Amino acid sequence: MTRLNSPEKLECARKEIVSRIDPTKPCISVCAGAGCLASGAAEVIAAFKTELEFHGLTTEVNTKGTGCPGFCERGPIVMIYPEGICYLKVKPEDVAEIVSHTIKEKKVVDRLLYEDPATGTRALRESDIPYYKNQQRNILSENIKIDSKRIDDYLAIGGYAALSKVLFEMTPEDVMGEIKKSNLRGRGGGGFPAWRKWEESRNAPDPIKYVIVNADEGDPGAFMDRALIEGNPHSILEGLIIGAYAVGAHEGFIYVRQEYPLAVENINLAIRQAAERGFVGKDILGSGFDFTVKVHMGAGAFVCGESSALMTALEGRAGEPRPKYIHTAVKGVWDHPSVLNNVETWANVPQIITKGADWFTSYGTEGSKGTKIFSLVGKITNTGLVEVPMGVTVRNIIENIGGGIPGGKKFKAVQTGGPSGGCIPEAMLDLPVDFDELTKAGSMMGSGGMIVMDEDTCMVDIARYFIDFLKDESCGKCTPCREGIRQMLRVLTNITTGKGKEGDIELLEELAESTGAALCALGKSAPNPVLSTIRYFREEYEAHIRDKKCPALSCKEMIAFHIDPEKCKACGSCFRQCPAEAIHGGKKLIHIIDQEKCTKCGTCFDVCPSRFGAVRKISGEPVPAPIPEDKRAIA
Amino acid sequence: MSEITLQIDGKEVVATEGMTILDAARSVGISIPTLCHHEKLEPYGGCRICTVEVEVRGWPKLVAGCIYPVEKGLVVRTRSEKIDKIRKVLLEEMLAHAPDAEPLQALAAEYGADRERFDKHPSFCIHCGLCVRYCAEIKKKNAVGFVDRGSNREISFIPEIAAKECWDCKECFPLCPTSALQAAYVLAGALIAPEEESAGGCGCSCSCSSAPENKVG
Repeated sequence: MTRLNSPEKLECARKEIVSRIDPTKPCISVCAGAGCLASGAAEVIAAFKTELEFHGLTTEVNTKGTGCPGFCERGPIVMIYPEGICYLKVKPEDVAEIVSHTIKEKKVVDRLLYEDPATGTRALRESDIPYYKNQQRNILSENIKIDSKRIDDYLAIGGYAALSKVLFEMTPEDVMGEIKKSNLRGRGGGGFPAWRKWEESRNAPDPIKYVIVNADEGDPGAFMDRALIEGNPHSILEGLIIGAYAVGAHEGFIYVRQEYPLAVENINLAIRQAAERGFVGKDILGSGFDFTVKVHMGAGAFVCGESSALMTALEGRAGEPRPKYIHTAVKGVWDHPSVLNNVETWANVPQIITKGADWFTSYGTEGSKGTKIFSLVGKITNTGLVEVPMGVTVRNIIENIGGGIPGGKKFKAVQTGGPSGGCIPEAMLDLPVDFDELTKAGSMMGSGGMIVMDEDTCMVDIARYFIDFLKDESCGKCTPCREGIRQMLRVLTNITTGKGKEGDIELLEELAESTGAALCALGKSAPNPVLSTIRYFREEYEAHIRDKKCPALSCKEMIAFHIDPEKCKACGSCFRQCPAEAIHGGKKLIHIIDQEKCTKCGTCFDVCPSRFGAVRKISGEPVPAPIPEDKRAIA
Repeated sequence: MSEITLQIDGKEVVATEGMTILDAARSVGISIPTLCHHEKLEPYGGCRICTVEVEVRGWPKLVAGCIYPVEKGLVVRTRSEKIDKIRKVLLEEMLAHAPDAEPLQALAAEYGADRERFDKHPSFCIHCGLCVRYCAEIKKKNAVGFVDRGSNREISFIPEIAAKECWDCKECFPLCPTSALQAAYVLAGALIAPEEESAGGCGCSCSCSSAPENKVG
């Protein structure tokens, strides 16, 4: 690869790459993101290669693995260009048909297209699928266009043009001005204006400064950063170099969890290729600006996503937060000014530079500009990554993009912001999603996790789940966090196991208040799941405590299973599948459950044919006595 | 170092730049309780018993008095209903570990903390980190450290280092507010197998006859 030492050379190289691409030549892009790989994308890619070889089409058709386009529920996703046909849930055995039908005969394989569950109509292109139609994918849409392991793919879509513009047409002050005008706020959690961190570092007298990418994503169910860093690592790298130029840093770090091996591999490869091309290293593009970057693999502790803890970990010590009464932007890694932004924040930077702050601010709300990527998971029809302009309502995300709740169940709440976020109830579905509105509702944006819950979810148990997660993920340095979480978990466990007492809600509130004195944001925000569920679902707490009843019929210790003798048809399904041998039954004999032996696994409930619906969950009331032996025979 | 004026509990206080709220308060006789603070050691901010309220741009904020640097015109409250309540709960949480520790009992009397409030979890350590920091910063030996994280965090002597360094030192012992340290030290001592015992067999108390070269540790 030749090193590019001027903006002209970069443009020449780009033209050369683009000229090699024949827009009419068929190209098969297969999502090779972690989700699709898990559902067999690698086998699909291999099958395409074999099949194309068999038909002698290897030189006429391109095949590539790309980044994650987000519709994980229907992966592996295959896109056929130039038509832009989108096939979902493709298996290796579908490949022969795609090649013979679509590639050779230019026909569409209908059964692999998206089918609208309501109308039955099929969508040919990605843009016709409601999931995508209702999004504004400024950042994510690039993923499917590029093979993240090839810098040429990134250059072909205009990559590093923003860096070139910055280095040759803009002063660092101009860059600061543009970012300030865009009002880009940190996508990692707090929503702190990025330019303020940049400016603080830039103005700090210390000449040694650092820029850092926070890719320590650890919220349960969140994978936005992962998809970006795996799918389009150069966009993050380019943003980082631009940031370095603006603040006057010559060294950068990418802190990425080692649990993301593909992200680690792709970002390392991206740095190597960028260095070969002259975007990283000495005298970048012949501008005289030097910048080097190192990848630091984190051991995967949630607390290390906190900025001061991350920096302590970078220094090679245990990742524990430090008091940030002097901002890390002024005194960060090895006490030098350090600008830390999350993956998605950095990925926005090249676009803001290329398209301008006005373009960026044309999306979003008064206080929150641009788009935000959410990872939509839980009890939702379409799980995956969703990118929408700030200010879109929760309802829009859940109903129009997410496709609602599966199985005809009722929506109950959505947890936003990860373990430190809160739950938003149905009554607030029309809340516009932006940094400030979510905070006002007692939740937060966080990095963008959205866990949807249906009527079967117990909100007390959800609070317990997140507190239990934080119990292990807190660093344990300060008393309010370490002990407060321990005590909150104890109270919540008592409540969900039927041992709750009057005063427990007040005790949780008192513990939450003292946790506010914690050292870092992890501890300070730890009570959010508890406080928001008390705020919106207090009656569930009361039912657990007073009536010893779990209204969602979810808390194991508080429910029992019972077979309705009127409905049981002695089919034997539950009898055969009960792992605890707790069901007594036989041919033409009404089945009964031995409550002593029952482990409440719910298998009987799940396997009882819906036409009978004989198994019932009970909570807060005594289990009816088993039907007497002599009345069990079915006539 | 320039002088700055700030307000603590309604009192005008003159302090020098670089001082903490704790320093400034103590200089005028206002007492703020501390457990993990030590003049010779780096700022830590772990126990949070020195939590005070400051006003930043009109917004009240809870900060640790032992590390928050004084600022010109800063308004500080060291006692209020909210602060007292927080200190009370923090003490109760710590008393669950070390119910008989004298420094905790004295503070408990002042803040009305109930030592029976939370279920006992007698590890006797309140994680002030004085021993760990003293050994690392002053003695530069790191014979005692924190292991694990979150609620499972504990102090532990590193037996290999402790066996060499601690016998003649033990300077951390009097720093410990709860006497948990001595117990941890004794435990570490028990982990180091005397040499003559490890000469044969696998070194543990089992009756196997593993060759010495196969033994672990």
